[in-house]
Amino acid sequence: MKRLGWMLLLLFPVMVLARIEVYQFDDAATEARYKQLIDELRCLVCQNQNLADSNAELAQDMRRITYEMVSRGEPNEKVITFMVQRYGEFVLYRPPFQASTAMLWTGPFIILAVAIVLLLTFIRRRAQEKTQSLTAEDHERARQLLDDHKT
Amino acid sequence: MKARFLIPLGVFLVLVVLLGVGLTLDPRDVPSVLIDKKASEFSLPDLFDPGGTVDSSSMKGKVWLVNVWGTWCPECWREHDFLIYLAKQEKVPIVGIDWRDDDAEAKQFLLEKGNPFIAVGADHESNAIMDLGVYGAPETFLIDKQGVIRKKHKGAMTLQVWRDEFKPLMEKLEKN
Repeated sequence: MKRLGWMLLLLFPVMVLARIEVYQFDDAATEARYKQLIDELRCLVCQNQNLADSNAELAQDMRRITYEMVSRGEPNEKVITFMVQRYGEFVLYRPPFQASTAMLWTGPFIILAVAIVLLLTFIRRRAQEKTQSLTAEDHERARQLLDDHKT
Repeated sequence: MKARFLIPLGVFLVLVVLLGVGLTLDPRDVPSVLIDKKASEFSLPDLFDPGGTVDSSSMKGKVWLVNVWGTWCPECWREHDFLIYLAKQEKVPIVGIDWRDDDAEAKQFLLEKGNPFIAVGADHESNAIMDLGVYGAPETFLIDKQGVIRKKHKGAMTLQVWRDEFKPLMEKLEKN
């Protein structure tokens, strides 16, 4: 009986997901467009979630609008313009490249480039330090140390 | 390379400054893109008159406020008395948009606590509030005679916000 209870508990996350409304699509292409759009649009209530993940009521309504526009055959750009006109570019999870977002897009690559340059100079310096070769005396000393420990 | 040990300290200080600035910013404060743009027209079912509608077009030629609220929103309860003060003492025309609310509960709320609105439209599907770029309640908009949004306030309306931001602008707009 207890085991059954635990098994039922495992179903719980599925039950929560099932609260998200189900839409009927005419064809697979429209459905794919809808999914892509709600993936890329941000929920303004819970700001670190996209529309697809959010259970907020505003997100439900924004999904409905997206669904209505997509099934009317309107292009993706039109849905995106609709949202941006109302909520600004903040609503986009993939903001366009422009002056205000330049650091956002190029920042990681700049940091990567700096890291590579630092790494290369570090490796080169270590390689130079290593090139001092051992003298015959050093070899003799090393052999003695090794021999001592053999017994 | 003598001052090498200062590098982590430098990195730390830069981080402190960046995080410090980050703390003072409010991520929920998304700047509205609709200020100084024409407010899109809305026509919503009237909360108090089944069959009737509340239309933004009927406010043409007036300087007025739109207040987005709901009985589910605690801040709306908090600002309610001040809205009544605005309507009764300052004679400000306020149109209410009751957002995603239960009609009966909303009516009960206004009957019990007083009704500061000249009309209340019920927006069950967020259609009107989305056109206004609203994502939380309460929000208050100041709309001029030409139907242009001149100001927006997120959160409860207070005497201070009213006196500092809304009233002077409203008086100026009324003279135009």
